[in-house]
Amino acid sequence: MGNIARTPLSDGPEWSFELLQEYLDEIERIAALYRLETYPNQIEVITAEQMMDAYAGIGMPLGYTHWSFGKRFIETEQGYKRGQMGLAYEIVINSNPCIAYLMEENTMTMQALVIAHASFGHNSFFKNNYLFKAWTDAGSIIDYLVFAKNYISECEQKYGVEQVENILDSCHALMNYGVDRYKRPTEISLKEEQLRQEEREEYLQSQVNDLWRTIPLSPQEQAKTKPRRFPAEPEENILYFIEKNAPLLDPWQREIVRIVRKMAQYFYPQKQTQVMNEGWATFWHYTLLNRLYDDGKVTDRFMMEFLQSHTGVIAQPSYNSPYYKGINPYALGFNMFVDIRRICEEPTDEDKAWFPDIAGSDWLDTLHFAMQNFKDESFISQYLSPRLIRQFKLFGILDDDQKNYLSVSAIHDEQGYHDIRRILSQQYNLSNIEPNIQVHEVKISGDRSLTLRYVPSNHIPLADTCSEVMKHLHRLWGFAVTLEEKDDEDNINVIAKCPEHLEERRKQPSSI
Amino acid sequence: MVGEVRMANFIDRRLNAKGKSTVNRQRFITRYKQQIKKAVSDAVTRRSVTDVDKGEKIGIPTRDISEPMFHQGQGGVKERVHPGNDQFVRGDQIERPPGGDGAGAGKGKASDSGEGQDDFVFEISKDEYLELLFEDLELPNLQKNRLNKLVEYQTYRSGFTNDGVPANINIIRSLRSSLARRIAMSASKKKLLKELEEELLLLENTPGSKAETIMELKKQIDLLKQKIASVPFIDTFDLRYNNYAKREVPSSQAVMFCLMDVSGSMDQATKDMAKRFYILLYLFLTRTYKNLDVVYIRHHTQAKEVDEHEFFYSQETGGTIVSSALKLMHEIQQARYPASEWNIYAAQASDGDNWADDSPTCRQLLDKQILPLVRYFSYIEITNRTHQTLWREYESLQQKYDNIAVQHIRQAEDIYPVFRELFKKQAV
Repeated sequence: MGNIARTPLSDGPEWSFELLQEYLDEIERIAALYRLETYPNQIEVITAEQMMDAYAGIGMPLGYTHWSFGKRFIETEQGYKRGQMGLAYEIVINSNPCIAYLMEENTMTMQALVIAHASFGHNSFFKNNYLFKAWTDAGSIIDYLVFAKNYISECEQKYGVEQVENILDSCHALMNYGVDRYKRPTEISLKEEQLRQEEREEYLQSQVNDLWRTIPLSPQEQAKTKPRRFPAEPEENILYFIEKNAPLLDPWQREIVRIVRKMAQYFYPQKQTQVMNEGWATFWHYTLLNRLYDDGKVTDRFMMEFLQSHTGVIAQPSYNSPYYKGINPYALGFNMFVDIRRICEEPTDEDKAWFPDIAGSDWLDTLHFAMQNFKDESFISQYLSPRLIRQFKLFGILDDDQKNYLSVSAIHDEQGYHDIRRILSQQYNLSNIEPNIQVHEVKISGDRSLTLRYVPSNHIPLADTCSEVMKHLHRLWGFAVTLEEKDDEDNINVIAKCPEHLEERRKQPSSI
Repeated sequence: MVGEVRMANFIDRRLNAKGKSTVNRQRFITRYKQQIKKAVSDAVTRRSVTDVDKGEKIGIPTRDISEPMFHQGQGGVKERVHPGNDQFVRGDQIERPPGGDGAGAGKGKASDSGEGQDDFVFEISKDEYLELLFEDLELPNLQKNRLNKLVEYQTYRSGFTNDGVPANINIIRSLRSSLARRIAMSASKKKLLKELEEELLLLENTPGSKAETIMELKKQIDLLKQKIASVPFIDTFDLRYNNYAKREVPSSQAVMFCLMDVSGSMDQATKDMAKRFYILLYLFLTRTYKNLDVVYIRHHTQAKEVDEHEFFYSQETGGTIVSSALKLMHEIQQARYPASEWNIYAAQASDGDNWADDSPTCRQLLDKQILPLVRYFSYIEITNRTHQTLWREYESLQQKYDNIAVQHIRQAEDIYPVFRELFKKQAV
């Protein structure tokens, strides 16, 4: 390295817009060498206060008005004021152009780190990962958010804040069940969205009316129709089902259900790619800034500050540490990408046995392929290597409530590698984390009651909050709602109802 | 910046409006108003009367504000991976740690489960605090009303005048009029002098001029010079004096006497209600006066000046002699707060109990000594029983004086009418 002319950029610590641009140009140049394909970047400098606003809006650059965002803001503000938490260095939004926020308090080094991490790491992930490609439309999200914000504020004016808040509360309670897992939504622009929204209002209402028609059918027709089951197949997207079929909702209420559903859909890929997304971004800020150093573009001081921050981000406390809060997705993701590169470049015999396809292959191709085609669950089950399991000293703990002890089900040894891979992978499987609850049946010709069915995995019961959620569901559905559980022996037990009948009184009924 | 032509754009948003979350925060506060108001009410009793410049810390049970979601509960079979194995081998059995959530804390799911006992604690601003505290009272805009206050005089300069004492002579003004006068008195003479001098010069340069004419001219010139020189440099007529005037300024200092019965019959709830009344009065007065002293006098059969804490929280037993407090107040006022310098306010809270023979004495004291001196005297009776002698004696005073308000308070909501009364009478 001694023979490279070192003409480093200023390392600040104060940044300026000129300097930001110089760093951006350099990082961009290097990112291109590594074939990082991104949406255009839009980098916004904001204050700490604005960062708290951004935080409270769960990372949406503009959100509709709701008390829960206020609660989140107060939480953030309190935590920050008391020094219990620092603010994130960055927030990045999956949009085209990709918006990243830099906080003005950051030093030049931190700004460079954030640019590399967010504007090239996350950005390229958003653009190329299959889940994001299939589920979100970065080009139209901002337009949609504008539409949603305006629509909800119009509704507040027309129908009153409380009415709108009630619907939103209920939708939020079911937000995790507002996701299509298989169908891909089509994207449209703001104008179209508004146009369609009006058409939809009329059409939807007519459809709902048809389903719930009460005019008796003529005898011939009646003979032809056998009592049909509705829905024909269980429906996992509860909010979608409500939007299309709830008998009593006004058109504007359906539209709000739809808005919340769309939000859920938009965030769904992020929930499934936490380890990968953060790992990818961390891998690239590390790689890009090191390359800048190798090219003589940044100073030693810059690197010291950067590495200190970087090691903080990827620290993984042990299970018995007071700081242990589960597996750090940054640490796991970063180390997995580093490990994949190692397997490509310097495979051991063990790697060749475990990863015959990638051992010795071009690392950049392999990394891009891994980033594009996996989510956390499959990424781990595909790429977690024995070496990494040893490095993290991972072990599995089995907690069976039928036994009065926990048992160690696997450790980092020959016998345990496959088990640990499997357990860890399942730990990131959303269908294991989120209870499997689907719309089971609606009595369309009876009392119009709606039944949800919970199928537990591993005998894990639903938390008590389910009865509260059922009250929200009842508000949306308008008729009686029941939640039943199907156990291993195919027995069906009712676990929550709203309104609660005398025989099923679990808790005092209260208005929500 | 040349951002437009580049792939990336830096945008400086720092000057954009902050407080994007203000609306959401407001929604949150509105939604949990009941809980927050309860917390505010609890806080009132912890606060000092004079402590109005800060907001308040509010705690709401986390359970109340949780957003319910379907999620997995305790139990069943759970298998998780943890890092940092330092002692375990496959098959080891470990005692279930309390909480039963596997080794370590597991993934942080506790936050949205709403099971925690911890309160959701946050701070509201001073204005939000006051608004919530007095919400039921529909407090009017205090600043729009002005009390008639004690008047003080202040001397200030007001222009110039033609007579006064020598000490007030304004030199510049005086010399300016002197100059003006001198110009006025000598201008025509100077003009004439100039003409004559020119004429003389002409004659002297003209051969064959008459000597007599020249002599005559010279004589005239001398005379004029004399006249010009005799215009006085300064005349009494020139003198200007600084003028001073007196102006009324309302006094900015006030003292507020809080009188309260602390005999056995006053329970803590009654005292808290009284405390609210005092806070309200204090707030009102702080908006009007710069310096506000508060004197606490509690009494049973004897009166005593105490600090705020003792005032609200010590309990005494025994009978009640209200006049003792009025006497003490008068003494303190005479000794420390002369009525010529201080705006005096007094607020008395009681449950109406008094030794029957004492009530006429109270009336006398108020009539003769106190009411002539105070800006306002308010008496609130916090009771659900029928009125007794004290009330009737005080009521009779209202005929004679308009600076006494007597009000009956049964619950906190009744406090405001007392204030309305006060504003109605005192508003200018």
